[in-house]
Amino acid sequence: MAYIFNILLQRILLGLLTLFAISLIIFLGVSMLPGDAADAILGQAATPDTVAALRRQLGLDLPAHIRYLEWLGNIFQGDFGTSIGNGREINEVLGTRFYNTLFLATFAACIAVPLALMLGILAALYRNSYYDRTVNVVTLSSISTPEFFVAYILLLLISVKAGWLPSLSNIRADTTFLEHIEKTILPALVLTLVSMAHMMRMTRAAIINLLSNAYIEMAALKGMKRFRVIIHHALPNAWAPIVNVVVLNLAYLIVGVIVVEVVFVYPGLGQFLVDAVQRRDMPVVQACCLIFAATYVLLNLVADILSILTNPRLLHPK
Amino acid sequence: MNTQSTSLFSAPRLGRALRILGEAPLSAKFGLLVIATYIFVALFAPWISPFGESEIVGKKFLPWNDQFLLGTDHLGRDMLTRVLYGARNTVGIALLTTILAFLLGGILGILAAILGGWLDQLMSRIVDVFMAIPALIFAMLLLSIFGTSILNLIVIMSVIDATRIYRIARAVSLNVVVMDYIEAARLRGEKLAWITVQEILPNISAPLAAEFGLRFCFVFLTISALSFLGLGIQPPIADWGSMVRQTAILITYGDYTPLIPAFAIALLTVAVNFIIDWFLHKSSGLKDEV
Repeated sequence: MAYIFNILLQRILLGLLTLFAISLIIFLGVSMLPGDAADAILGQAATPDTVAALRRQLGLDLPAHIRYLEWLGNIFQGDFGTSIGNGREINEVLGTRFYNTLFLATFAACIAVPLALMLGILAALYRNSYYDRTVNVVTLSSISTPEFFVAYILLLLISVKAGWLPSLSNIRADTTFLEHIEKTILPALVLTLVSMAHMMRMTRAAIINLLSNAYIEMAALKGMKRFRVIIHHALPNAWAPIVNVVVLNLAYLIVGVIVVEVVFVYPGLGQFLVDAVQRRDMPVVQACCLIFAATYVLLNLVADILSILTNPRLLHPK
Repeated sequence: MNTQSTSLFSAPRLGRALRILGEAPLSAKFGLLVIATYIFVALFAPWISPFGESEIVGKKFLPWNDQFLLGTDHLGRDMLTRVLYGARNTVGIALLTTILAFLLGGILGILAAILGGWLDQLMSRIVDVFMAIPALIFAMLLLSIFGTSILNLIVIMSVIDATRIYRIARAVSLNVVVMDYIEAARLRGEKLAWITVQEILPNISAPLAAEFGLRFCFVFLTISALSFLGLGIQPPIADWGSMVRQTAILITYGDYTPLIPAFAIALLTVAVNFIIDWFLHKSSGLKDEV
């Protein structure tokens, strides 16, 4: 147990180190900009005196490493600074935006994960059949199409032609939970379609890889049904790669929401980031990038840890 | 395994290449046909399109008619012309970016594998950190720092993508570097460049060729997504990603037009993927065929 504990500790430390490096990149990248926040806020009306005064007020006259530590310290206390665009505290918006994005991604994951596992197992069960080949072509196509293509097709068919669901996901503070769900169905469906393919293919591949093993042949030779062989003998050993790919796809979902949010005008973190990049509102860009990157790194870390914990060779070392 | 895959590209064995092509599955043939069409359109866009690239020819958002086969866009430019020119701009920029990324990532990856030591460690750790940031997010961060222009887009995307190529180039070269013939070449006193070009490159060309296709799709999709978000290829250049965004309003009136440039993107990536799928099965045989 001490052995596996060491590996886990190593991974976690490495993850924290990565997070630290990312925060450094995000901070230093922005401070390389020729102008700073003081220029941006004052704009055309800036005189050297007012710029210098505002710099002192914002603490921009301090050296970079002190500003970095201050910035990081504030973030740990939940303070992401003020937006240059409207001068408001970023926190006011960030919380709801992040909640909305998580809501959308979780919703999509709840549909995508069970569906992908089921279809993947079926594809492994009936491999090289017409079902399997169709699934192969369809998933290969859906991996390689841009998210907005799938999004607009669903929007056109389900919302505009059939009129079943709203085409815009305008969610406000007074939106009820049920309304929130109704307005999130369409974006969640799009995310499901684009993220499911990879999980399904990996589930299929993980199971098929095991099927050439002797113990599977043994189970088949003693007259077991194919379905039972796969569920009882192949699947338990395939969990590690499957769990890994599921978590990696959750990480993808968090990032993949950006385009989908823009299509449906869904008020999430992705939309917030895109607006900020267009206005070059650097504090907001920094905050959003940091949250996205941190979520991504943490989910990857979870995938790593799970694949260690589900690996019997590491759990019971000789 | 290697001779077989390289023969695909060498001219003297055209007959054999044609035979391999004949045996290709339907999906791969379809992919080749699509790519040939795209190359044709990209090369001859000015001759086959009815109007100029950013010429305003009529009213805004005209429906499909005899004069403007696909109607007009939000500024009154001919959609068909823009879609045809998009083959040149969107695909061209993605291709250029992928080639740059391959040169940068490939060379550094092979060097890291040959030289090893602290240089390898340093570059690999930097790449690890860069790869920990999702590509789209990183691209958006860098674009907001350096500003949105085509040059910046190409440089930023090729640097981001080079990290992924570095990884694979280093990994496949590491398998070759330990071979005896590399040792022999070193003992003969061959130069670094000679070893790279004469000994290592021929042996890693097959996996790198497949990787090139995959990376192209990835770059192409990411650039299209950025353009769709208004952060990539900028107007008035005809580009599929931004065309979808500009005409997206038509969708709410039940018009299919905005889907056409999106379909053009999807079709090309699907075609490239079909070919890679076939190529991988031919050159290595994927594990999942039992």
